Amino acid sequence: MNPTAHKTDLQFPTDMDLDGTRPLLEVRNLRTSFFGRGEEVRAVDDVSFSLKTGETLGLVGESGCGKSVTALSILRLVPEPQGKILGGEVWLDGVDLLSLPDEGIRAVRGSQIGMIFQEPMTSLNPVLSIGRQLTETLEIHLGMTKHAAKDRAAELLNMVGIPDATSRLLDYPHQLSGGQRQRVMIAIALSCDPKLIIADEATTALDVTIQAQILELLARLTDDLGTALMIITHNLGVVARYADRVNVMYAGKIRESGSADEIYDTPRHPYTVGLLDSVPRLDRPKGSRLKSIEGEIPDLANLPTGCAYRPRCTYAVDRCAAENPPLAKVGDSHASACWEWPRLAEEQGQTVVS
Amino acid sequence: MTEVANSPDSAGAPVPSTSRGGQDSDVILDIRNLKVHFPVRRGFIIRRQVGAVKAVDGVNLTIRSGETVGLVGESGSGKTTIGRAILRLNKVTTGEIDFFGEDITTLDGSKLRRVRRHLGTVFQDPYGALNPRLTAGRIIGEPLIVHGLTKNKQDYEEQVGQLLETVGLNRSMASRYPHEFSGGQRQRIGVARAIAAKPNLLVLDEPVSALDVSIQAQIINLLDDLQSEFNMAYLFIAHDLSVVRHISDKVMVMYLGKIVEVGDPDELYNNPLHPYTQALLSAVPLPNPRMERQRERIVLRGDIPSPLTPPAGCVFHTRCPIAVEACKGVRGPFADNEGGVPDLREISAGHWAACIKV
Repeated sequence: MNPTAHKTDLQFPTDMDLDGTRPLLEVRNLRTSFFGRGEEVRAVDDVSFSLKTGETLGLVGESGCGKSVTALSILRLVPEPQGKILGGEVWLDGVDLLSLPDEGIRAVRGSQIGMIFQEPMTSLNPVLSIGRQLTETLEIHLGMTKHAAKDRAAELLNMVGIPDATSRLLDYPHQLSGGQRQRVMIAIALSCDPKLIIADEATTALDVTIQAQILELLARLTDDLGTALMIITHNLGVVARYADRVNVMYAGKIRESGSADEIYDTPRHPYTVGLLDSVPRLDRPKGSRLKSIEGEIPDLANLPTGCAYRPRCTYAVDRCAAENPPLAKVGDSHASACWEWPRLAEEQGQTVVS
Repeated sequence: MTEVANSPDSAGAPVPSTSRGGQDSDVILDIRNLKVHFPVRRGFIIRRQVGAVKAVDGVNLTIRSGETVGLVGESGSGKTTIGRAILRLNKVTTGEIDFFGEDITTLDGSKLRRVRRHLGTVFQDPYGALNPRLTAGRIIGEPLIVHGLTKNKQDYEEQVGQLLETVGLNRSMASRYPHEFSGGQRQRIGVARAIAAKPNLLVLDEPVSALDVSIQAQIINLLDDLQSEFNMAYLFIAHDLSVVRHISDKVMVMYLGKIVEVGDPDELYNNPLHPYTQALLSAVPLPNPRMERQRERIVLRGDIPSPLTPPAGCVFHTRCPIAVEACKGVRGPFADNEGGVPDLREISAGHWAACIKV
C-alpha cells in the first residue's frame, strides 16, 4: 500500500501510534450535520478515532448519538442534500475517502469496506435471489465470470453456516429466517475480502439465541480473515465480549474511549457509568431499584452550552456549562471528556472495593 | 395478602375469588390448559383447514394479587398470544381463563366490558399504540369515559391531571398530541391510560424494548412504583432476560407455545434446569468483558422451528444440546400426536422444569 500518503505533520494522540503500526482506519475531526427548517443538527461533531487491522471496535450509544451517521460518513452515504460532511478526514489504508471522486468511493464500498445493517429484510433486494445478490458484488468488484461467481457464492454461504448452499442460492430473501438473512448479509459483506466490516446494529432485530450465533460467526470469521470489525450498537453487553476498544458516544461526540476492560471496569465518564447502571445486570445480584439517568436524550438542534450531557449529569459543576470538556487522557489507552472525572474515579473506586 | 387497595369494589366487579372453594384466595388470574390455535386454510374456492399454528398449547399459569409474573421466550414462543388471550383480543381455542373466579373466555358484550375494566395493557411500540389524532388527555381519559368512571367534566379533567402526574408528566401536557412527546414520554402516556380505570392486572407486552437504555430504567422504576402504590398484578412479557429478572416475582420460560421452566427469579437464573433456559441465559451478552471472555456459551443450532410444523416428540429436541433418543418419543399431557414437551415436574420447591433429562 501507500504508507506515505499522509502523516507528515499530523499528530494523532492515540495509543495506536505508540506501537508503530499504522491504523487501518483513521477518522480525524469528522463533522457531519443535517440541515432542515433553518436548523443545523450536528449529528457527528468533531469525532476522531482509529482502528487497526484485525482489531474490533465497539461504537456504543443511544439513538441520536451519531454512531450510525459516523458509519455513513465513512462510507460517504450520508443522504444529501439534507446531510453534509462538513469537515475532517477519513483515511483507509493511506487513502482519504472524503476526497475520492464518486467512482473511487463506489469501488471502496463493498469491496474494501463491507457493511451489515440492522434489518436484513430491507437491506436485501426482495425480488432478486440471494445467489444473484452475492454474485453481483463478485462480478462488479472482482470481475469474476458468472460461473466462477456462482461457485464462490456457494462457498461463501457455506462459510457463514447456511447448509445446502448450492440450492439455497436460488432462494429469495423471504424464504429465509431472520438469522439466515443476516448470515447472507455477512456473506455479501465478506465476499470481496474487505479490510473492514461495519456492523450497524446487526443483531438488534434478532432473538437472543440467534444473536449469539451471529456474533460468534462474525467474530470467528473476522478473526480468521484478519478483517477489522466495527460493531455499532446501543447494547453495552454486545460489545463486551468481542471489542478490543470501545468508544461511547453521546450527542454527536465521543465521550469516552478505552479498552473494553477500562470502559466496563473503570468507566471515567458519568454517561458511561449511567448507561452501565441503568440496565438490570445479570452479572450482579438482583438490585431493588435501577439507577436511571434522569431526563431525556437532548435535541441535537438545541444543545445546551458546554457539555451536552450536563443537564442529566449528577457530577455537573459550573465549569461544565461554560466549557465543553475535550477528550483527554485518563489512563494508558483511556480517554474521557469530563472535567469531573477524578471525582468520579474516586467514587467509583470506593464502590468497586465495597 | 391483606386489604387490596384497588380491589374490585361493589358494583360491576367480577366475583371475588373466595367463591372458588378451597382455592388460594390471592389468585386473581388462573389459566388452565390454555390453547390458542390459529387455523391455516388453503384452497381458492373451497377453503379448508389444512393445519393449525399452535401458538399457545396447553399452558397453565396463575397470578396472585400484587404479584409480577415474567413471561420470557423468543419471537414465536407464544408469549404475546397468552397476553392477548387474557385481554380477549385473541379467540381461545380451549382452556379456561379464570379472572377473580370467573371464566372470561366466553364472555362478550357488556359482561366482557365489565371485566376489561379490571385489565389494563401497555404495548411495545409507543408510536403505534397512541392515536395520533387525539390529545394525550383524551387518550388517557378514554377508559374513564368508556367505563363510566367520571361524574362530570371537572372531575374528568382532575382525574386525567392526576394520572399525568402519577406517571411523571405535567398536567399541562394534556392538550398536546402524541407527536409532541419523546418515546419515553409516550410510553408514560400508555402507562397512564392502562392504569386509568384502576385495573387489578396489567398485561405489559414488551413495554420497554422499544426505548433507549437510559429511558428503559425510568419506565421500569415507574412500573415498580405504581405496583407498590396501587397493588396491581403484572404479567410482564419480554424477551430481555435481565429486565425480567429485575421486575418479576416468578418467571416462566416459553418455547414454541409451551412453558418449559417456572421458578422464582433468583433460583431460575442461578440454577437454570431446562437446557433451553440454560442456552437462553448463556446467550445474553453481559456488560462485563472479563466474565464474558471466560464464559462458556451454549450456542443453539438453527432457528426456532415453525409452529406450523413443530417437530415430533419434545419440541426442543431438534436444537437441544443434551437430547437423547427418548426425547423424540416424548408426549406432553396436552400433546395430541405431534409436538409436545414432557410434563412440568417440580424439581425443587417452586422450581419446575419440563425435561426428561433433568
